[in-house]
Amino acid sequence: MAAVESARPQAAKLRWGELEEDDAGDLDFLLPPRVVEGPDENGIKKTTEYRFDEDGNKVKVTTTTRVRKLGKARVSKKAKERRNWAKFGDAVHEDVGSRLTMVSTEEILLERPRAPGTKEEPSVSEGLGPVQPGAVLMVCRTCGKKGDHWTSKCPYKDLAQPPETFVERPSTADAASAAPGGAGRSAYVPPSMRGGGERTGTEMSRRRNDENSVRVTNLSEDTREPDLLELFRTFGPVSRVYVAIDQKTGMSRGFGFVNFVHREDAERAINKLNGYGYDNLILRVEWATPRPN
Amino acid sequence: MRPILMKGHERPLTFLKYSREGDLLFSCAKDHTPTVWFADDGERLGTYRGHNGAVWCCDVSRDSTRLVTGSADQSVKLWDVQTGTQLYTFNFNSPARSVDFSVGDKLVVITTDPFMGNPSTIQVKRIARDPADQTSDSVLTIKGPQGRINRAVWGPLNKTIISAGEDSIIRIWDAETGNLLKETDKESGHQKTISSLCMSADKSHFLTGSADKSAKLWDSRSLTLLKTYQMDRPVNAVAISPLLDHVVIGGGQEAVNVTMTDRRAGKFEAKFYHKILQDEIGGVKGHFGPINALAFNPDGRSFSSGGEDGYVRLHHFDPEYFSIRM
Repeated sequence: MAAVESARPQAAKLRWGELEEDDAGDLDFLLPPRVVEGPDENGIKKTTEYRFDEDGNKVKVTTTTRVRKLGKARVSKKAKERRNWAKFGDAVHEDVGSRLTMVSTEEILLERPRAPGTKEEPSVSEGLGPVQPGAVLMVCRTCGKKGDHWTSKCPYKDLAQPPETFVERPSTADAASAAPGGAGRSAYVPPSMRGGGERTGTEMSRRRNDENSVRVTNLSEDTREPDLLELFRTFGPVSRVYVAIDQKTGMSRGFGFVNFVHREDAERAINKLNGYGYDNLILRVEWATPRPN
Repeated sequence: MRPILMKGHERPLTFLKYSREGDLLFSCAKDHTPTVWFADDGERLGTYRGHNGAVWCCDVSRDSTRLVTGSADQSVKLWDVQTGTQLYTFNFNSPARSVDFSVGDKLVVITTDPFMGNPSTIQVKRIARDPADQTSDSVLTIKGPQGRINRAVWGPLNKTIISAGEDSIIRIWDAETGNLLKETDKESGHQKTISSLCMSADKSHFLTGSADKSAKLWDSRSLTLLKTYQMDRPVNAVAISPLLDHVVIGGGQEAVNVTMTDRRAGKFEAKFYHKILQDEIGGVKGHFGPINALAFNPDGRSFSSGGEDGYVRLHHFDPEYFSIRM
């Protein structure tokens, strides 16, 4: 173990995680060989490998890749030969599992500059979508989502509140005071009265909800509640989203909170979205309170 | 387009260079290990282990057999591209900053930083065909510019050496005698340190990028200012398209803006400009940190960018790119 590490000090950074495998090197013969199911008509290639993990369990690693033909390239003879060169340096032990080279999941465009005066379409977040000429823009007051449905038809009637109520709040991220219940939404409730109304009644449900609260940090400055809602909806029903806004500039202060109805959804969201690249920043997603167990 | 992300470096990228035939991409970073990738799909071919400091620059010979790298560990190393073995090491008294093969790959021009009382120098070394005959004598040594020389390249037909650096003045030197032939003046030239320089494919003109938020296009023989491209951030990297009349400029973030919360957090993009009309064509976003390196594939159909985030992003242009009308 230690001997292996000192023999390759420069490669140690990339390789120490695989050291455990070398420990169980003697047992490699127990592992079935690697199977490559070649590219099928859709270009899908499946590689099945077996290895031992830290605890000595046999682990099956299936890597599914799509082989895409990007285009024909006129390649010189020498270049073709170079394609078959043996790997050297740190690339010698490259296995299928190494994720050094990945195709971006996002489509990146050469964005033409807008003429001054037209509104710039944000690349990832709340895009309006193509609006037919002559169509009426449907705005829902509940979730603020444009173009999809009217207020009465809002699928989030009982769930997320309109973002405006959060902007008036002081920017301390106090997740404890939840939104007023469905019935009270028709009347305007000033911020000072908001928390007071239900401190007694819904404390139980609120507390349970706060344990499903997820803190999202490293947001880009034009991220707003609808963007977070859109991003986290896929994991399950969301009861509340909040993005901290700097009153002076109107920009996001880089963090926000998302309250899920179900804890499992919150857990899945954390696992999936932590480290996810969103609008050119890498998100940090974690439990809002110290890990509730 | 779907850029290919290559995360082989642990530290910020410093330089990118394509092989002459456009099938290999060499990347240098602050993590001591230059890496070579296949330029079509981004698969890593190998790494060159041996340097003990940040690698600032590299160049590859025309036949893609020799790689030369300049590093902060005060050495310039010559490598065999295919196997990764070190063929020769040139040692200096200060960090080596820029390296460039001459046409014909028989000479290499190296710049060294000012360090411990030694001024910055531009040195020319001969490269022997057989590594066994390699010596480390300098054919030519030029001293004179104040401050760091960030980049020195061979001019057309190896007759001149063009250098640019921290004192924001571009100088053209005679390659045989070392005499200063031309230099830019303060009014038309850059106002702040010149971070990057890129020659056109035929070496008739070159592009410089500076911390004064602009990039300028110059004639290589007369050193006349041809064009200026305005950016909104300090420029770290520039590249000229070998195929179309486009230039691409990549920048960073001003130090004073890094911590202020009410300033743009920085969506770092590589900006394309029309080389002749000077108008912005568009930007390609995606980097999570300032862009430090840009390079066009010699066939002009793809380009790659290296950032402070340690990622190399390889972009193959969509068909629409080739029919852009201004």
